[in-house]
Amino acid sequence: MNLVYINSANGLSKAALETVTYAKKLGGDVAVVTNGAADAATLTTLGNYGASVVLQDNTLDGQDHGQLVQLVAAAAQKVGAQTIIFSHDLIGKAVAPRLSVRLKAGLVAGAVALPEANGNIKVNVFSGKAFGYVQVKTSQRIISLLPNSIQPENNASSCSVEAFSAQAGASAIKVLATKKPEGAIPLPEAELVVSAGRGLKGPENWGIVEDLANALGAATACSRPVADIGWRPHHEHVGQTGVAIRPNLYIAAGISGAIQHLAGVNGSKVIVVINTDAEAPFFKAADYGIVGDAFEILPRFTEAVKKFKAAQH
Amino acid sequence: MNILVCISKAPDTTSKIAFTNGDTQFDENGVQYIVNPYDEWYALVRALELKEAQGGNVTIITVGSASDDAVIRKALAIGADDAVRIDATAQDAYYTAMQISEYAKGKGFDLILTGKETIDYNGSQVAGMIAEALELPYISIATKLDVNGSTVKCEREIVGGVQEVEVATPVVISCAKGMAEQRIPNMRGIMAARTKPLNVVAPAAIDALTSYASYSMPAAKSSVKLIDPNNLDELVTLLHNEAKVI
Ligand SMILES: Cc1cc2nc3c(=O)[nH]c(=O)nc-3n(C[C@H](O)[C@H](O)[C@H](O)COP(=O)(O)OP(=O)(O)OC[C@H]3O[C@@H](n4cnc5c(N)ncnc54)[C@H](O)[C@@H]3O)c2cc1C
Ligand SMILES: Nc1ncnc2c1ncn2[C@@H]1O[C@H](COP(=O)(O)O)[C@@H](O)[C@H]1O
Repeated sequence: MNLVYINSANGLSKAALETVTYAKKLGGDVAVVTNGAADAATLTTLGNYGASVVLQDNTLDGQDHGQLVQLVAAAAQKVGAQTIIFSHDLIGKAVAPRLSVRLKAGLVAGAVALPEANGNIKVNVFSGKAFGYVQVKTSQRIISLLPNSIQPENNASSCSVEAFSAQAGASAIKVLATKKPEGAIPLPEAELVVSAGRGLKGPENWGIVEDLANALGAATACSRPVADIGWRPHHEHVGQTGVAIRPNLYIAAGISGAIQHLAGVNGSKVIVVINTDAEAPFFKAADYGIVGDAFEILPRFTEAVKKFKAAQH
Repeated sequence: MNILVCISKAPDTTSKIAFTNGDTQFDENGVQYIVNPYDEWYALVRALELKEAQGGNVTIITVGSASDDAVIRKALAIGADDAVRIDATAQDAYYTAMQISEYAKGKGFDLILTGKETIDYNGSQVAGMIAEALELPYISIATKLDVNGSTVKCEREIVGGVQEVEVATPVVISCAKGMAEQRIPNMRGIMAARTKPLNVVAPAAIDALTSYASYSMPAAKSSVKLIDPNNLDELVTLLHNEAKVI
């Protein structure tokens, strides 16, 4: 039996559907455990991705990750889970390592693929500059899956939803305030990303970056110096010391392509580079390149995207 | 306030990544080691700021061999008071976390700080494992940290935003950008580091739960397709028809 933890507090994210699909592809039955008050109609759609049962604890808000550890441990025991799967997102990073200690089950953190024939599981190492193959020495194992590593697969089917409680004690953590920018796409989950660097010259010029992002429905990102000097918020900083992302499309304008920057984005499926300098190192990592001035190219790119979208409808 | 900061070595960010022994071992040939940036820039510097403001002691701990002493001295030069090295090769995150927990148990640390992740194995695992082993609360990926008596206030990253949370000491916290600014050690710090205590401790008997069986390098990119700067329609068409990403 495979058990998947998902956070359904804000509906079902694509990352959640990916983890259920991954569990199904491992073979065997799939149970899901979730906290939060999502309605049963929403949760039964997980059947389409391979779940046969969803265990829901609607009493836990999920803010205390220690409670989630207890929840998943209790569910694992109930269903007899051999493999437990998380998304390698902010919740998975907080919960999976603790569960590994609690169950003494080996953790594969940041898997990018299904197990190889010999059972070893591929992960990113050296900030995406290489891959490692992790062997788990325990019979029970935990896998956290990097977002956007496999596509969700929908095969119409249904599943049951059961109330479940781990009797996790009081929360050790008090939440004082939550700040979520409205409508913004969280960077690690974004499939399309438009990013810019020092070549944009100043924060007042980011309008043309945002215009392209809006036209595409993309998230925005930036290089480290741009976040360090305060042109853009820290959470947009991608690279070896920022967020590591692997979108389907990464568009980089006015970024030189330093090795530390590439480390955070080289898992992107397709890279487009816009730079005035034909010798910029980023072109070596790019699929498509435009040698030109971002101040001219970005608005033209936005127009071309708008024209394309209009023609599609 | 007693603070324990977990310090890992990491290959310098410009290191050439290669493997030996039939792709089963990282090739250390010519690799320079640095203090893992998250541990140094955020966890250690914030610990020092808290100590400077409120008094206390900052101990750093590394699970590693004698060859890691240079990295430990660098962290001492930045201002840590003393260092512990658990004399063992870090086998996996579980092994590392259990060694640190065994050492920290019963020593009354108010804060145990780690970096957000190591930049070589990128697991973001060790801190959570320490928290569970010591049965302490854990704040994962904190971008701000303030302490008032036994009350800790943190800002942490959540999916799509940030959250301010409060928790009581003792607590384990993994530290990320926003918490502090990098400090460059000065000559006095470097001199003082030479004589600060570095206690070498024998490892506890722990079995690792995982191992790296082998490594591989990503396939080389085929060369870039250059697009006419005056024909962005062509790029959009290629992204749709050829790359199939929009
Ligand atoms: C330990 C360490 C960790 C690091 N971690 C990171 C990290 O996580 N992420 C990161 O990004 N960096 C990181 N760096 C910094 C990295 O080495 C580079 O300095 C940084 O990525 C450069 O940012 P940039 O490309 O925006 O700026 P620059 O290197 O200044 O490049 C600007 C580019 O814009 C181009 N340009 C100028 N004008 C225009 C125009 N009008 N139109 C189009 N192009 C134009 C230029 O040709 C140039 O290529 C790290 C460095 C170290 C030492
Ligand atoms: N060998 C080690 N010795 C001491 N601390 C470590 C070691 N390895 C990792 N850590 C700490 O754990 C954090 C997370 O590491 P990781 O789980 O490998 O991403 C690092 O930023 C360090 O603070």
